[in-house]
Amino acid sequence: MQLDRPTLIEAYRRMRLIRDFEDNVQAQFEQGRIPGFVHLYAGQEASAVGVCLHLSDEDYIGSTHRGHGHCIAKGCDVTGMMKEIFGREGGLCRGKGGSMHIADLDKGMLGANAIVGGNPPLVVGAALTVKTKGLPHVAVSFTGDGGSNQGTTFEAMNLAVVLNLPAIFVFENNGYGEGTGVSYAVGADSIADRAAGFGMPAKAVDGRDFFAVFEAAREAIERARTGGGPSAIEVTCMRQHGHFIGDAQAYRSREELERVRADDPLRLFRERVTGEGRLDAPDLDAVDAECAKAIADAIEAAESAPVPSEDELTTDVYVSY
Amino acid sequence: MPRKTYRQAINEALDCEMARDDTVIVIGEDIAGGAGGSGEDDAYGGVLGVTKGLVGKYGRARVIDTPITESAIMGAAAGAASTGLRPVAELMFVDFLGVCFDQIFNQAAKFRYMFGGKARTPLVIRSMIGAGMSAAAQHSQALHPIFTHIPGLKVVMPSNAYDAKGLLIQAIRDDDPVIFLEHKALYDTQAEVPDEAYAIPFGEAEFVTEGDDVTIVAFSAMVARAKAVAEELERDGIEVELIDPRTTSPLDEEAILESVERTGRLVVVDEGSPRCGMAADIAALVASKGFAHLKAPVAMVTPPHTPVPFAPNLEAAYLPSNERIAAAVRSVLGETVPAE
Ligand SMILES: Cc1ncc(C[n+]2csc(CCOP(=O)(O)OP(=O)(O)O)c2C)c(N)n1
Repeated sequence: MQLDRPTLIEAYRRMRLIRDFEDNVQAQFEQGRIPGFVHLYAGQEASAVGVCLHLSDEDYIGSTHRGHGHCIAKGCDVTGMMKEIFGREGGLCRGKGGSMHIADLDKGMLGANAIVGGNPPLVVGAALTVKTKGLPHVAVSFTGDGGSNQGTTFEAMNLAVVLNLPAIFVFENNGYGEGTGVSYAVGADSIADRAAGFGMPAKAVDGRDFFAVFEAAREAIERARTGGGPSAIEVTCMRQHGHFIGDAQAYRSREELERVRADDPLRLFRERVTGEGRLDAPDLDAVDAECAKAIADAIEAAESAPVPSEDELTTDVYVSY
Repeated sequence: MPRKTYRQAINEALDCEMARDDTVIVIGEDIAGGAGGSGEDDAYGGVLGVTKGLVGKYGRARVIDTPITESAIMGAAAGAASTGLRPVAELMFVDFLGVCFDQIFNQAAKFRYMFGGKARTPLVIRSMIGAGMSAAAQHSQALHPIFTHIPGLKVVMPSNAYDAKGLLIQAIRDDDPVIFLEHKALYDTQAEVPDEAYAIPFGEAEFVTEGDDVTIVAFSAMVARAKAVAEELERDGIEVELIDPRTTSPLDEEAILESVERTGRLVVVDEGSPRCGMAADIAALVASKGFAHLKAPVAMVTPPHTPVPFAPNLEAAYLPSNERIAAAVRSVLGETVPAE
């Protein structure tokens, strides 16, 4: 499918926003301004954006502990996200969730999830809601290669097939689960083939290539929207950073870390669209400037936001009535 | 005696027992870390470096990295334990218990009783509990009361490096399933730890300080907080007897009851949620078996009944503070303290 100009710009904008968000979060974390554990998504932008560009706020996604990219691709407000990561009032979860638990239900973002394998069954549930209510929407689970081995993920795929639900399982294969490599931890040759074994169509795509992800996602989402049931996409991509900020990555070779830079999906996108004359460098530079400003503003807002009131400690445990 | 960290002490316990008994294996996610990567082997040694160096000494057949698959890890460890190995399985953060409840509670914990006493399950499950790192609601829980609730499981909560080594060696030599809960805030704390192997029996509380005015029972990371409070109160002439039960199952009921008989006053400090927790359990023990000696209601210092919050200021307010512990002591002594 040939993408029009606004769509190309929007794809680049979301990818750029994710990258800027992550670069700045890293810098803030390293200066001790962000508490807790932070897992960066940089390098995997084409996956989140290639999928979410097909979705509206009425479609659902479930995410992982590496959730910033999915949140931004799904349209979450970066200022609300930044405040959340800083642990401040006005954060998307009012400072109670932090980086690993960002959610925005109004955007169909069901939450980052700090439990590996936690989201696939939940996404099946969202797909069940959609089907039961007869709505034309879909639910997408983003899961890592590591999470693809979890029993919950297997059970979720099988149930989605059995109930013929509009669920899409996106497996972001970035080569590692923490410090353990995929070639060791995944017994099958291909995560996509294994998903196919549950009885659904499954494809593997190059996650450096936004267009490849976009096309595979389009097919899967269209199938789900029209009653064709679940499917799976394995997106092979590169995690540019360590598992978490501060990870020395001794389990990766120097050559591999160098390759990470060369495989940058944003750079590849830029080269391709300018090379084919579909967008000009100034168009993209304008997006860069707009994103840089949005993130700088978000950080300033987060830094100056107050910490949550101590009264918040005991609220929201139950709905009060 | 050499001073060592809690982390080192645990590593040494594993090392001692793996050297002594070649049926001891360790199994879990990233416990060597680096398998299948393009760089170094043993890059992680567990997420917090506790098992580092073991794979170099004992090899990948006995130091086993697994995929992310807790049900299979716990089940495989229970199955191996019941057929001749002595596995030490790692459940990285105790919060991940959610995905492997069955293999621990319905399988490992039940074998011996359900099979008429014939089964042996020499399984150790090491896991990490506790708040204090802004790791939020899914990585900060102190779930020891849940394990304590299940008959058939022994539950160990070392509060210092010396105990960690001795209790882990005991756990590995034990023929029952043992849950060994390390507090993430304690890994860098130090104590004098002998180089050689030694075992600390289960069910024997440690008297951390002795005193006749009030008994404090505290667990895991709360022991150090209670100790700091005891030292502070001593300056005001208040003599605290601080008891660290070290294991919640079996529990040294005698030590607690004997102490309360002398002091007549009890404060329990625990990081678990308050409902059905250790503080309530110890309070009930003393109310039912030592009521006659009580001169004041038992005071319980715990977090509120909420998930663990992310924001650092909320998390600090969540955990029992020195101030709250001191106020509880003063209240059981009949001193009026300003409302919190
Ligand atoms: C149930 C559970 N087990 C283990 C962990 C610890 N953990 C967090 S992220 C992670 C690796 C996940 O790898 P993968 O699914 O490939 O995602 P990636 O980090 O590569 O994005 C692990 C083991 C967890 N959070 N939850």
